Amino acid sequence: MLEITGLRAGYGGTEVLRGIDMQVAAGEVVAVLGANGVGKTTLNKVISGVVPARAGEVRFDGRRIDRAPAASIVAAGLVHVPEGRKIFPQMSVRENLELGSYRRARTRRSSNIERVFTIFPRLRERTRQAAGTLSGGEQQMLAIGRGLMAEPRLLILDEPSLGLSPLLVEEMFILVRRLSAEGLTVMLVEQNVVQSLEIAHRAYIIENGAVALYGTAAELLAGPEVKRAYLGL
Amino acid sequence: MFPTEILLEALLNGLMTGAIYALIALGLTLVYGVLHIINFAHGALLTCAMFLVWGGFALVGLDPYVALLPVVPLMFALGYGVQRWVIGPASHGEDNNILLVTLGLSIILENALLAVFRSDTRTLQTDYAFDVVPVGPLLLSTPRLIGAAATLVVTGLLWLLLNRTDTGRAIRAVAHEKLGAQLVGIDVRHIYAVTFGIGTACLGVVACLLMPIFYVNPRSGGVFVLVAFTIVVLGGMGSVPGALLGGLLIGVVESYSALYFGDSLGQLGIFVIFILVLLFRPSGLFGARA
Repeated sequence: MLEITGLRAGYGGTEVLRGIDMQVAAGEVVAVLGANGVGKTTLNKVISGVVPARAGEVRFDGRRIDRAPAASIVAAGLVHVPEGRKIFPQMSVRENLELGSYRRARTRRSSNIERVFTIFPRLRERTRQAAGTLSGGEQQMLAIGRGLMAEPRLLILDEPSLGLSPLLVEEMFILVRRLSAEGLTVMLVEQNVVQSLEIAHRAYIIENGAVALYGTAAELLAGPEVKRAYLGL
Repeated sequence: MFPTEILLEALLNGLMTGAIYALIALGLTLVYGVLHIINFAHGALLTCAMFLVWGGFALVGLDPYVALLPVVPLMFALGYGVQRWVIGPASHGEDNNILLVTLGLSIILENALLAVFRSDTRTLQTDYAFDVVPVGPLLLSTPRLIGAAATLVVTGLLWLLLNRTDTGRAIRAVAHEKLGAQLVGIDVRHIYAVTFGIGTACLGVVACLLMPIFYVNPRSGGVFVLVAFTIVVLGGMGSVPGALLGGLLIGVVESYSALYFGDSLGQLGIFVIFILVLLFRPSGLFGARA
């Protein structure tokens, strides 16, 4: 579904992505792991058309999207829930959700809002509240809910567990598993290695702007490299 | 002391002038709130709109109120185009550049108008320019009353647009969270241009409301926009209700200071208030604290 080959990108004189190759197949949960600053967020921004690629290709359903405007990438069904949530703080919860279907699935807006409220009952209680006044966990729910409003075919979640309490982190991973069980393809970008590998089918580990290691989640969990470098075993 | 009728009439006249000011300030504050730029070309664009209305009247006898129908969409298109294909590309995303681009644009527009129309002051003669409506013991100018009513209607429409349509929600979304807006598929450059277009469309409305009672020369837009800048700061940069109430307030202040200090000093009061606001409440009456 998503194929990335030789992708390079950066800001000014700094190259952040130094030739990334990866794939996400339909129905998979693919984890993209790595420490802070290795280029995970830049990778997401390039895929969603916010930061331009300098070289390489990104294909979604076989169609090249590395030169496409962000709006058309959303229209194709590739939806990115960004790090730091980036919800609209001064607008109500409902308006945030409504804007989730700005470019896609607009005709099914009200039924999709109901669906998001079923997944996140907390949001239903806060429909008219300004999004900026929600707690961190609620804001993350809203960000994911806003992403779901577009009926994504591939959902990129960038650090959904960042800044959440351990209990909420657990809930977040249960949610990703549930969305995946309902048939959604997910690219999960995380620093939380163990929990991500527990729910992912496959994973890529990024170091210094390139894929250092990849394989099925089970292989990586069992392999010595991950244990040594990320789990401290 | 003045008799009550005169004080009341000054109040109502101030409110009516203030409504026009408010509409100019509305466009300015909307552009500031969303694009985060101070549009120095606002005055020159108002002058353009006024010449459009004047031209329609002089060439084909188009009534200034009927001229709303062509002038407002034309000004929207002009504003959209200017932002999308001139200001946007020329500024490369740097706020300092945008400032200079809009300033340059205003110089070009004003001098182009000067080259075509010379510095002559022009008016148009309608048979209702001096009509009055008696309200109790007071006589209110009909064109000013129409102007105030139209301002309220336009403000209402703008509110509906911003709060009840997807385009309006997108405008508000872009104003506060550009990346988030891009990621839900909002075309930010398009929304910037639409916002700028709405700001200039407001000027189109203003021009149609002003021309029955005011004159136009290549610098006349600047007179109003200077006051509008004051209103935007007074109301709070980017605040739509602030622009409306600030406009009305400034209109009243101007009217009363003209009454007490004489016509030529009418604007004195405005700038005294401006300085006081800057000193004691720099974020404006409705502005968010920085």
